[in-house]
Amino acid sequence: MTPHDSDTLKLEKATYEVDPKDVTKEMVSPYPAKVARKRAKHIVMRDPSIEGQEIQANVRTVPGILNTRHCAFAGCKGVVVGPFGDVLHIVHGPVGCSYYTWMTRRNQYRSREDGKNYMSYCVTTDMQDSDIVFGGVKKLRQAVQEGYDIFKPNAITITATCPVGLIGDDIQTVAKEMTEELGISVVAFNCEGYKGVSQSAGHHIANNGFFKNWVGEGEATDEEIEGFTVNLLGEYNIGGDSYEIERVLEKCGINVIATFSGDGTYDAATKAHLAKLNLVMCHRSINYMAEMMETKFGVPWTKVSFIGVQAFAKSLRKVARFFNDEALTQRIEEVIAEEVAAAEAEIAPIRERLQGKSAILFVGGSRAHHYQDLFADLGIKTIAAGYEFAHRDDYEGRQVLPLKVDADSRNVEELRVEKDPERYKLTADPAWVEQLKEEGFLNRYEGMISEMGEDTLMIDDISHHELETLIKRLKPDIVGSGIKDKYVIEKFGVPCKQLHNYDYGGPFAGFQGAVNFAKDIDMRINNPTWKLVKAPWQN
Amino acid sequence: MLEATPKEIVERKALRINPAKTCQPIGAMYAALGIHGCLPNSHGSQGCCSFHKSHLTRHYREPIMAATSAFTEGSSVFGGGGNLKQALTTIFTVYNPDMVAVSTTCLSETIGDDLPTFIRQARESGAVPEGKYVIHANTPSYVGSHVTGWSNMTKAMVTYLSAKTETPNNKLNIIPGYVEPSDVRAVKQLVTQMGIDAIVFPDTSDVVDTPKTGDFQMYPKGGTPIPDLIDTGNSTATLALGNFTSEAAATALQNKCQVPSRVLDLPIGLRATDRFVQALIEFSDVTPPESLNDDRGRLVDVMTDMQQYLYRKRVAVYGDPDQVISATEFLVDCGMLPVYVITGSPVGKRFEERVKDILKDTVPDAVVAANADLFYLHQLIKNEPVDLLLGNEYGKYIGRDEDIPIVRFGFPILDRVGHSYFPTACYWGGIYLLSNICNTLLERLDRDAPDELFELVR
Ligand code: SF4
Ligand code: SF4
Repeated sequence: MTPHDSDTLKLEKATYEVDPKDVTKEMVSPYPAKVARKRAKHIVMRDPSIEGQEIQANVRTVPGILNTRHCAFAGCKGVVVGPFGDVLHIVHGPVGCSYYTWMTRRNQYRSREDGKNYMSYCVTTDMQDSDIVFGGVKKLRQAVQEGYDIFKPNAITITATCPVGLIGDDIQTVAKEMTEELGISVVAFNCEGYKGVSQSAGHHIANNGFFKNWVGEGEATDEEIEGFTVNLLGEYNIGGDSYEIERVLEKCGINVIATFSGDGTYDAATKAHLAKLNLVMCHRSINYMAEMMETKFGVPWTKVSFIGVQAFAKSLRKVARFFNDEALTQRIEEVIAEEVAAAEAEIAPIRERLQGKSAILFVGGSRAHHYQDLFADLGIKTIAAGYEFAHRDDYEGRQVLPLKVDADSRNVEELRVEKDPERYKLTADPAWVEQLKEEGFLNRYEGMISEMGEDTLMIDDISHHELETLIKRLKPDIVGSGIKDKYVIEKFGVPCKQLHNYDYGGPFAGFQGAVNFAKDIDMRINNPTWKLVKAPWQN
Repeated sequence: MLEATPKEIVERKALRINPAKTCQPIGAMYAALGIHGCLPNSHGSQGCCSFHKSHLTRHYREPIMAATSAFTEGSSVFGGGGNLKQALTTIFTVYNPDMVAVSTTCLSETIGDDLPTFIRQARESGAVPEGKYVIHANTPSYVGSHVTGWSNMTKAMVTYLSAKTETPNNKLNIIPGYVEPSDVRAVKQLVTQMGIDAIVFPDTSDVVDTPKTGDFQMYPKGGTPIPDLIDTGNSTATLALGNFTSEAAATALQNKCQVPSRVLDLPIGLRATDRFVQALIEFSDVTPPESLNDDRGRLVDVMTDMQQYLYRKRVAVYGDPDQVISATEFLVDCGMLPVYVITGSPVGKRFEERVKDILKDTVPDAVVAANADLFYLHQLIKNEPVDLLLGNEYGKYIGRDEDIPIVRFGFPILDRVGHSYFPTACYWGGIYLLSNICNTLLERLDRDAPDELFELVR
């Protein structure tokens, strides 16, 4: 029924008209010698006969090279913090950073009963010259007060942009004082853009802030919540993804306590420690949270993917296995059967038009990996893939941890988390959890490499020149990438699917999301306009 | 959408909510793209560059090529000199531009990077090949806005490049302002129509509106050629279009090469275009061709034909100061009432006085504000509504909440197409802008009309 083995979800061998080794050489040839040596370590061809293939990742960008990476602020406020909808997010800094993260990620949010919803507001201290010279703390404190007076949000976040750290504004103290003064949670994140080597640093900072201030804190109770409960970690409700995921989970009888952070609320976040299992979607952006919650509260985690029909079914079965409850397992199998059949009925005719096409994917710190499965559902082979801000474990799997700490990663605080003596509670039979861990079912992530097909290329933090070379030589039928690459790719006459914020589309997660995706990719690849690029007299 | 916005206008001292401006370097990046063969480089951490590229990409739906000095924490402590040198080495080796235009960010400004020295050192160390150019503009985001960034980079083109030689070129310099490529194209067309030879800079046409050919050009054919930029020092005069974006460069050129200059409004709307044409006549001693009078006449024709839908309609105008000034005048000339006129840029009294002067006979009690935001505008509207919003895309939330139609105008527009292809500048652009306004109002009329008033003829 499906084009690949549902259990392993391994990708097929890549076939090219050109030798990928030549392409690799061509990719690095124009660089200055030192840069070429450096970049070569970021490019790996998949050879399944080699155990533990290594790839260079999460190191500094070469100044001047054109890539698509972002900064800590973007990872913190733009990705992880921003999607909490009933929380007022105040950006402390000059106007730009706040402005550019104003609804540009298409995170969706539905107001709850209290009607509080600040998603479409862009709120900043808009620092001026004098704030830089004399310090911005006074203004920030005033801003928090004004924000509270006007909006009465359930909580407030403060995120810092580049100059804040340099001039030494103590935003943590402001947050602490204002929490006491206002009686609501005010959390500050020192996510100044220069920290770390990409947005990845910002994800970590966001995780730390939420873990310290919200999870199990504030309004939280310790009253057990009945039933099969999970948190969704690393799911940002872009284009409505979490709505589709939750629809299916609910149908199965699984309750989502908290989502970090798509369609997330402050109240739910404080209760997250009561869930029985954490489902980790985007490993890169949130694995810290999963680890810390397990250490402190005893909630185990498992890596899932909601992207792709087979991948989602596999993830649901994982949940069934963890809870080990006959009725639940049966229910999940029924839901899978029903949903897969419905999705497959819609996808099958589209697959006929897409079968055998090739894709190259360069997105995020997990996203390229997730979308491979969905492309495979459509009969499309991924022949090259990579991330923009991943670490080695996202490629090679968690078994490479701990990684060597370098000067740049040292800039991000590593929280020392301990077992909470009173609230640590195992959510399942300890022997069962142990067994699942040993099997590699819990707390494990295999990374991208193990699933890549033979001879496929993996490229970390791809640069403009490398991407151009790949397009010209490998001639993919579609590229999955971000907005900054999109029109470069499409000028070549190759369609690009924007996989960061999806542009117009979504949801793409879950079963119905896969159907949406199939239609979208069909439209992008098979649209008649691509054949009209050349005038009749030019052919 | 914006349900949490209270009707009562609250005084705010510290909080900017829903800004009507953004930060300097994006303007500088856009201006730099208007030089042929130029790669902008953002001197700071990669986030700024990424934000600015993404935003320009979304507005133009075009590749936006720009590099970054990619600061990490170390550079923030030790200064960004090393990063810039390395960036220039990489850029010239790998991407081979004719010029790199560096703009600073909050980060490099706050640590006080000395760009002229860095650039000199980079040149001495061989990071900048012979015959290649590097220019820079200081664009701290805690001063001014994206408009200021555009102005600063345009001025840098003059301070670094313009040169006076013995040979006058008998050309006019025209600085078109922070506008769409379509507007630059319209200005160039008008100038050509009048038989005038001009150097237009920066010129983003054929850079951010390139054709799809099946191939990608790192440096598209558009942009002002560097030799022309150098030659601006030999021109007869400079016409700076846009008080807040183009004056600085024109003044710098006057000081540096004694090229006389005049600052005009952006030629958007009838009278601003008239003044532009008159200035062209004055400086070039040409008579406008019949075809230009015809173009003008057509715009007047639309203005009079459609007055029944425009007269005394209340409009809120917001956006960049130069666009807002010209648009306000145009709306008044069409019989409309711009009751709220707002810019987010902190351009102060000069803007407010100018707009109030335009409005003094028609809407003397209009609210005019610089350094204001859309939250404030929304509150004004909640207290007394308008019939139409004219401004950038972000007003769409207000439009939805208050059920007011919006005509997109200015920067940025991320949810519609057309702005980069159809000008709002000059007479033809005026027809396009006015058609948009009329059709939007008519669309609304049809949507709201009960059956008996749903008329075939409008
Ligand atoms: S750090 Fe400054 S320059 Fe960069 S995006 Fe933010 S406001 Fe703009
Ligand atoms: S990998 Fe994807 S979900 Fe994760 S941070 Fe990146 S874009 Fe977001």
